[in-house]
Amino acid sequence: MKATILIDKLTKKYGECWAIQDLNLTVSQGEIFGFLGPNGAGKTTTIRILTTLTKPTSGNAWIANFNVLEEPGEVKKIIGVVQQHLTLDQDLTLKENMELHARFRRINSPERNKRINELLDYVGLSKQGDQMVRSFSGGMQRSAMIASALVHQPKVLFLDEPTVGLDVQTRRSLWDLIRRLNNDGTTIFLTTHYIEEAEALCHQVGIIHKGHLIALGSPTELRQKIGLFTVETLENNMHTRYHYFSSRETATSYVQSLSSDVKTILIRESNLEDTFVELTGEKVGDN
Amino acid sequence: MISTLQDIYSVLWADLRFLRRNWPKTLLTSLISPLLYLVAFGYGLGRGLYIDGYDYLAFVLPGIVALTVMTSSFNGAGMKLHVDRLFYRCFDECLMSPIGFFSIIMGKTLVGVVRGLVSTLPLLVLCLAFSPLFSINLLFAIVLVVSLFTFSALGVLIALWAKSHSDINTFSSIVVLPMTFLSGTFFSLNQLPEALKIVLYFLPLTHSSMCLRAAALGQPFPWLSLLALSGFGTAFILGCLAMLKRASV
Repeated sequence: MKATILIDKLTKKYGECWAIQDLNLTVSQGEIFGFLGPNGAGKTTTIRILTTLTKPTSGNAWIANFNVLEEPGEVKKIIGVVQQHLTLDQDLTLKENMELHARFRRINSPERNKRINELLDYVGLSKQGDQMVRSFSGGMQRSAMIASALVHQPKVLFLDEPTVGLDVQTRRSLWDLIRRLNNDGTTIFLTTHYIEEAEALCHQVGIIHKGHLIALGSPTELRQKIGLFTVETLENNMHTRYHYFSSRETATSYVQSLSSDVKTILIRESNLEDTFVELTGEKVGDN
Repeated sequence: MISTLQDIYSVLWADLRFLRRNWPKTLLTSLISPLLYLVAFGYGLGRGLYIDGYDYLAFVLPGIVALTVMTSSFNGAGMKLHVDRLFYRCFDECLMSPIGFFSIIMGKTLVGVVRGLVSTLPLLVLCLAFSPLFSINLLFAIVLVVSLFTFSALGVLIALWAKSHSDINTFSSIVVLPMTFLSGTFFSLNQLPEALKIVLYFLPLTHSSMCLRAAALGQPFPWLSLLALSGFGTAFILGCLAMLKRASV
């Protein structure tokens, strides 16, 4: 598949601290790529470099064949960005925010109004278009930010922790929106520290830890790295151990061989969190 | 060229929307200080005083105008950008758009110019009403716009430099506050020792006060001060561009 995002030995150093180090990555056209890692792993730094907000220390990156460092203007024309924090102008209405976004991209007035109305409908905020965005809930603001980021019909949409702080229902409706956007042809690069989000949405997941990409593949491939089945045992000393197996049969055989020192036993499918913990020795939520 | 102007207007547009909704509040808050200065210095402290051959009210009014120009445009551009950059974070949207840095800086600077005009124009009406010696002419208008632009650009520069709200307060306390009282707004620079006068020429408000006073009272015009004021404005714009280029790609 054609590469839409290409990252080559990208490095960013803040003082003595490496935010990302020698990052190499390819994201194919039409893919939902998820960058999974704990807070401070380097996810946001990567997005900020790809979206031209931060200069890297070294390395290079291309989006749709445009060099991020040498052709930032061209890159800005084809990307949409929804940042982790709310970036709407709280002194404006939703329609005004979207109009501002469209004006920044020199979209003429009739086309601008048409797209704004279509997008408001698309994200389910048609009735809120003339309201001040400061009156919106967190979920509405996030949907509004996505609508704004889509006004210029970007080829690539960057979503930095798109559902952080949202309730479960809002999170799921945003997942549907992201899937719909991808289905309509937008390549999506998202960062998350929610395991279930990466598993539910992404075709390919990169696990980043302390600035290093430590694993890359589809959610199933990543689970296969440690074994598709996990035996979770709670021992009498209240210590939980995890053992990974390639099949349910081998997991069951292992369980049958266990001694009586074990309080509870659980056989389940492995998940990305197991992969992450196994590869890094830390939980995804750890700082 | 046309597309650059279009981009500058796009940056300004958001603030024009805000001002359309909030102009009474903007006007009221920015008029309080000059009115207090007018009453306290013009009618209170300065009653019966004469400076450089003018009664104190006629002398101080152009200074109060210069002061209002500085505070309204500096705060109008600077505080808005500071809030947009560090609290609403919506300034990132500007940076991630294909608009050039020059257009962004000019647009943000014009935000301060427009806000400054909203505050200054009613004050000029009061000046005309209170002092028969006060006159508004083309030269006065040019100095007014150059001053608004210069202090607005300073506001943008400080907003881009500040990493927190306390940075803005620190700058205001160390630079803006002394400039308010020392730049010949309330007294004549002729009353000061030569050495201090030289130091004060490094403050843009000194030149703004001198030019506005000369234009309003029909005195010989200090063209070098207008040049210095324009130089400050240009330097601030270049500083803003350097700040943006240093951080972003």
